[in-house]
Amino acid sequence: MNAPAIELKGISKAFGPVQANKDISISVMPGTIHGIIGENGAGKSTLMSILYGFYKADAGEIYVGGNRTDIPDSQAAIAAGIGMVFQHFKLVQNFSVLENVVLGAEDGAMLKPSLAKARKQLKSLAEEYELNVDPDAIIQDIGVGMQQRVEILKALYREADILILDEPTGVLTPAEADQLFRILRRLKQEGKTIILITHKLREIMDITDTVSVMRRGEMVGSVKTVDTNPADLAERMVGRKVLLRVDKTPAQPKDTVLEVRGLNVTDAQGVHRLKDVSFNIRAGEILGIAGVSGNGQSELLEVLGGYEKATGEILLNGEAIDLTGAHSDGQSRRNRGIAHVPEDRQHEGLIMEFSAWENTAFGYHHDARYQKGALMDNKAILADAQEKMDRFDVRPPNPMLAAKNFSGGNQQKIVVAREIERDPDLLLVGQPTRGVDIGAIEFIHQQIVALRDKGKAILLVSVELDEIMGLSDRIAVMFDGQIMGERLPSETDETELGLLMAGVTDTDAPHSVKEIEDNLAHAGTGEKV
Amino acid sequence: MEKMPKWADVILVPVVSLLLAAIISVIVFWSVGQNPWEAIKLMAFGAVGTSDFLGYTLFYATNFIFTGLAVAVAFHASLFNIGGEGQVLVGGLGAAIVCLFIPWPHWTLALLAGGAAAAVFGALWVTIPAYLQARRGSHIVITTIMFNFMASGLLVYMLSDALRPAGQMQTATAIFPEATHLPSLNDIAGLFGSELFGRSPVNISIFIALLACVGVWLLIWHTRLGYQIRAFGQSESAAKYAGISAVNITMIALLISGALAGMMAVNNTMGINTPQLVDNAAGGAGFIGIAVALMGRNHPVGIIIAALLFGALYQGGAELSAATSIPVQIVVVIQALVIMFTGALDQMVRSPIEGLFMRFSSKAVKE
Repeated sequence: MNAPAIELKGISKAFGPVQANKDISISVMPGTIHGIIGENGAGKSTLMSILYGFYKADAGEIYVGGNRTDIPDSQAAIAAGIGMVFQHFKLVQNFSVLENVVLGAEDGAMLKPSLAKARKQLKSLAEEYELNVDPDAIIQDIGVGMQQRVEILKALYREADILILDEPTGVLTPAEADQLFRILRRLKQEGKTIILITHKLREIMDITDTVSVMRRGEMVGSVKTVDTNPADLAERMVGRKVLLRVDKTPAQPKDTVLEVRGLNVTDAQGVHRLKDVSFNIRAGEILGIAGVSGNGQSELLEVLGGYEKATGEILLNGEAIDLTGAHSDGQSRRNRGIAHVPEDRQHEGLIMEFSAWENTAFGYHHDARYQKGALMDNKAILADAQEKMDRFDVRPPNPMLAAKNFSGGNQQKIVVAREIERDPDLLLVGQPTRGVDIGAIEFIHQQIVALRDKGKAILLVSVELDEIMGLSDRIAVMFDGQIMGERLPSETDETELGLLMAGVTDTDAPHSVKEIEDNLAHAGTGEKV
Repeated sequence: MEKMPKWADVILVPVVSLLLAAIISVIVFWSVGQNPWEAIKLMAFGAVGTSDFLGYTLFYATNFIFTGLAVAVAFHASLFNIGGEGQVLVGGLGAAIVCLFIPWPHWTLALLAGGAAAAVFGALWVTIPAYLQARRGSHIVITTIMFNFMASGLLVYMLSDALRPAGQMQTATAIFPEATHLPSLNDIAGLFGSELFGRSPVNISIFIALLACVGVWLLIWHTRLGYQIRAFGQSESAAKYAGISAVNITMIALLISGALAGMMAVNNTMGINTPQLVDNAAGGAGFIGIAVALMGRNHPVGIIIAALLFGALYQGGAELSAATSIPVQIVVVIQALVIMFTGALDQMVRSPIEGLFMRFSSKAVKE
């Protein structure tokens, strides 16, 4: 039997008092796809950063192809044949594909010979692995899926035998993700070893040969993928049984709460971000907005939340909302009964340096119950915060702690508690479970459904199709600032939604991945699709 | 997790910074052929050695409290008001006009009116930079520093022309009428039959400065406005989400900042032994305020402590150059070293100390 392509023995790494990796051992056989799954903060990224030379382990050994190898920096990792595709691509936007591939791997002071060599090399790599990209295309003109392929090419060009991919499908449509998986299978056939880091159970089941589960910095265990199932993996990740499906009864929609008519937004660069968006939401109903990130969903939330100007008409309980004037800010929207769990809790929903109790009043700092004469009633806010944190099981339940010191899931609970507890008529929710651990996801989903069952209207924006399918009573798909169509979750599937997300409306006809990629690459650039 | 305990942040980091500044100062004294120990002893004596000297130290500290608070309030909104110097000068103009042209029956009224005028003039001087920052995004650092030059030009014009009494050689206003003279702490001590701080100019304004500290503390941590200022300062995008107006907060925070700087005129213009506005009235206090705010962690209590330190340094340095052959420039270098280490080079000291704490705490967890 061959030596493992990668073997880690007893890797430990601490950041101050936080033990990010505890005595981790893992062995990846050559020519396999090995999944590493775990919740946020489980230590997956730290482990991979050690393998790629970004961090130095406090203890432990790394073996590459059976040989003990020190990896003090990324140059050493590359020399050992390890390539990494980051979640956030590291490409120079206004360079061509070719220039990006060569960058950092030039042969000499003069660029031309390197470029010529790389061009030849790219051509043969493209043939070998079906990784077709135009070497002269400029990065900012090509779609996200294509950019990811450039990252893979960069690693292959540096003769990587072991590829690490960190959450590679986070930014892709289902069709693009399928295409990526085809490439990965091909790479595997050609003898490459692939380590796939993800939090998506389905991807693990789809593509990996073996899977290692991490929890709180420790390795829970490695199993052959064929010997496990999603429920089992989720249990290993969280340490207890979890409900993967959202438990809810059919909606009982009542009167229309929100009516959006012909909404248009043009940003400062003159790009048309929202194009004639119209929809409505009734009381007791969750409308889910699906779409690849960057197709107008954020702008829609910002307009409804009061901090982006727009033209068109929005009616709340039959009364118009000011879209441009003095009453168009977050404060006025809250007064009208619109609560908002924003997409980006770290930059919008919370002030990270503020303590939890101060964040409890954030956005509601004008509330009469928080005032005491000319001053703020800090005691009342603190008491309120403590009560909310207890009820939403925020851990640790210490309101004096700064928001930045809570985990993603607990931060999100602070935001959700604040917004839901106002008993709003309309709740806007953006990416409610992004970077949130599975246990907290379950809880947050339950809270959203409970609010719906109290007869409130909910607008849910998420890039996670599973979340949209599981929570929504109706689904609208956005692409390039437009609503491509509405579907009922019971009458649609991921394939159809995926095509709508890529701007294809005749979902029954066959479509090529190329067509979808071109569509997505042009979305948001203001060009005609 | 916090990177290090609060006491380390508030006390250890400034103390280590000061020690580093002291070590380099020793080298500087040596290099100019002075005995460092003697020089430091002289400086300490000059700062607190006699009741008079201590009075001067307190007088300068009063100045630095005002400018330190001014910088701190703007800092909380993440705005760097570097124009304290100009705002102090223009605030002095306000105080001078009120004192010279209105016949006040009693110093209490003059103090109230003069203080208000100084605050309003100081705030006025930052209005245009504040507006340009809030509405046009012109960087406040650039505009306020330019306004410092304009303030100094304006003052020279006013003091050599409009406000200079005929026949006076000095570029300064006339001495303010007797009724506006603020009581010095010595005057107040005299009421109780004792003697304090001799002929030093430390005066009743020091209490105004302390009141201002309480006011700023209440404003920043106990009012809605302060909450909004801090929220905006920490995260502009979050402030937007919450419906906090960036334009309003930028304007208000800078106007308060300018007003606090302007109020320094109560001390250095109305409060001095011969109350009048002179052309170098600010004397660098606007800039020292930046170091005071940084070292005081933008908290009034920290600012009081830092202001006392810088007051001592300022006064001790002056005595040192008066009593020895050490050129006054060397004293300025020493002061600059302290400002540099406690202010600009804060991170240089902070990061290693944080690293030490991280290492120790991670060991503690393992064991």
